Amino acid sequence: MQRKTLSAAGGAAALLAIGGGLLLARSSRPHGAADDAPGRTARRSRFGDYAVVGKTVTIMKPSRDELFAFWRDFTNLPAFMDNLDMVELLGDDRSRWTIRAPGGGTVSVETRIAEEKPGRIIAWRSVEGSDIDTEGRVRFSDAPGGGTEVELVIAYIPPFGRAGQAVAKLLQREPAIQARRDLRRFRMLMETGEIATSERRLETEEKA
Amino acid sequence: MRALCYHGKQDVRVDTVPDPEIVNPRDAIIQITSTAICGSDLHLYDGVIPAVAPGDVLGHEFMGRVVETGPHSTLRKGQRVVVPFVIACGACYFCGKQQFSACDNSNPVDKQEMSETLYGSPMAGLFGYSHLTGGYAGGQAEYVRVPFSDVGPVVIEDDGLDDDKVLFLSDILPTGWMAAENAEIESGDVVAVWGAGPVGLFAAQSALIMGAARVIVIDHYPHRLALAKGLGAEIVNFRETDVREALLEMSGGRGPDAVIDAVGMEAHGFSVDNMLDIAKQKVGIGADRASALKQAILAVRKGGRLSIPGVYGGMTDKFPLGALMEKGITLRTGQTHVQKYTNKLLAMIAEGKIDTTFLISHRLPLEAAAEGYANFKNHQDDYTKIVLKPGMES
Ligand SMILES: NC(=O)c1ccc[n+]([C@@H]2O[C@H](COP(=O)([O-])OP(=O)(O)OC[C@H]3O[C@@H](n4cnc5c(N)ncnc54)[C@H](O)[C@@H]3O)[C@@H](O)[C@H]2O)c1
Ligand SMILES: [Zn+2]
Ligand SMILES: [Zn+2]
Repeated sequence: MQRKTLSAAGGAAALLAIGGGLLLARSSRPHGAADDAPGRTARRSRFGDYAVVGKTVTIMKPSRDELFAFWRDFTNLPAFMDNLDMVELLGDDRSRWTIRAPGGGTVSVETRIAEEKPGRIIAWRSVEGSDIDTEGRVRFSDAPGGGTEVELVIAYIPPFGRAGQAVAKLLQREPAIQARRDLRRFRMLMETGEIATSERRLETEEKA
Repeated sequence: MRALCYHGKQDVRVDTVPDPEIVNPRDAIIQITSTAICGSDLHLYDGVIPAVAPGDVLGHEFMGRVVETGPHSTLRKGQRVVVPFVIACGACYFCGKQQFSACDNSNPVDKQEMSETLYGSPMAGLFGYSHLTGGYAGGQAEYVRVPFSDVGPVVIEDDGLDDDKVLFLSDILPTGWMAAENAEIESGDVVAVWGAGPVGLFAAQSALIMGAARVIVIDHYPHRLALAKGLGAEIVNFRETDVREALLEMSGGRGPDAVIDAVGMEAHGFSVDNMLDIAKQKVGIGADRASALKQAILAVRKGGRLSIPGVYGGMTDKFPLGALMEKGITLRTGQTHVQKYTNKLLAMIAEGKIDTTFLISHRLPLEAAAEGYANFKNHQDDYTKIVLKPGMES
């Protein structure tokens, strides 16, 4: 698969070329910033071949460091990320993510940590040869009104090739909605210790 | 168990459905001893609130005994509790501000999107009140699952306080109180309340407790108006009296200092506007009927306060925005932050400062719930408040 780095594709001035990642830039916009809004909220948000989605939530507890630590253990992610079936740690900052595709199949992505600032930033990138060319970053910062702002940004190249239809379909499942839902579930789990459901019974819960 | 289920517009039935279970660690299961039908339930019954599905268990005003607890519940089996209709986590940004009805964590993530599209922000979870607010099964049933049972439910230690005295802590008593609080009542105020239903009556009672000099309640049902009079309010029957003229005259020509819309989206009345809105609601255009609200905005004095406890679900036509702006009216509204008021109001009930039982006109077994809905809808004057008792012989 042809890999173009985001920074090569974007052409914006503020990019930090860490791990080839545009996401690591503070306020990345496709073309010179017209305002202070995050680049991904632009009406046209494409960075070269990459589609970028991102969402922010504010989480009141626990502390920023504890939120960071929970996220940094990637095996915790499937607890609140709906599409994520399993994460295996492979050592050496690498992990294998098994992602559920619609229709029952799964897709596997091997990632490595592209950047880590304790208590603040975790960024990951798919390694060469993964089914999906993707990059993600979560940033934790103190919210002005208390609590922690957690910002999740994901970039990906809509894939072709061997992963085929399933992946394409998976990515059409509105990654922006997925990111928002995942973040909200993360907030629920952190603030309340559980994820809200209106199911009346356990079995139906598991079926759903 | 038996439970009152929605089947369609003005079609509710008591069906047998599976018992609820503990699903999340902070849950408790309550066996219902008393559960009321609310004016808000009539909005569901009439099909003017979106996203109600056949089979949904209704009911958001209930109390009972704890029969099961999840590992993180702080309740104990056997405790008597009144449950707020608002489901709130107690830990999010909004709960931290005591804005419990704005809780971020009680509406399941996938259900938040409907209200987010409609209102710009996702709503909190409520019991038995459509899938916009979570699709939680309600309490017009034998049992109910109560999430976050360590935050909401009020434990009633004193068995001498029977259900009829404390049941309304679940909704309408705090709703009336918050309506008056939102109207920022000061001593000497003239306050007008539209609607002599449970919410309006409790709002009037609260306004008087807060020191209003005159409280004027507007409705067209003589019996309901008589209840208002019994509380110490003055009354205006809108079928017999020109409301705006009367309110002006009863407030020294200035208009009331504060006005409260305790009617909501299904206002009665024969103004051209309202008839048009009724027609639109019937054909499903989704316009809220807001004739009481419009009247309140015109009646209030310049610089006055407008409080809206009445429920609205969508859009309304011909809203007097100019009057709102030009007169400099302060507007406050919202679903009630029930958890903020329960302890205070429970203490006032225990001290005998607030009576709630005057409201109850009928006590029925759960099996008679469908008939209760029809009567509450069609004979509002006699049926001021129905309390269903699942344990009662039918
Ligand atoms: N904000 C909240 O959290 C909250 C909680 C509970 C109820 N509510 C809402 O409060 C409203 C009242 O509830 P309720 O249980 O008292 O309902 P209800 O239906 O028993 O009473 C409404 C009363 O308003 C009267 N009315 C209708 N049109 C009128 C008009 N144009 N002028 C004056 N009076 C008029 C009716 O005759 C009736 O007596 C409903 O909209 C309900 O959904 C809100
Ligand atoms: Zn109610
Ligand atoms: Zn909350």
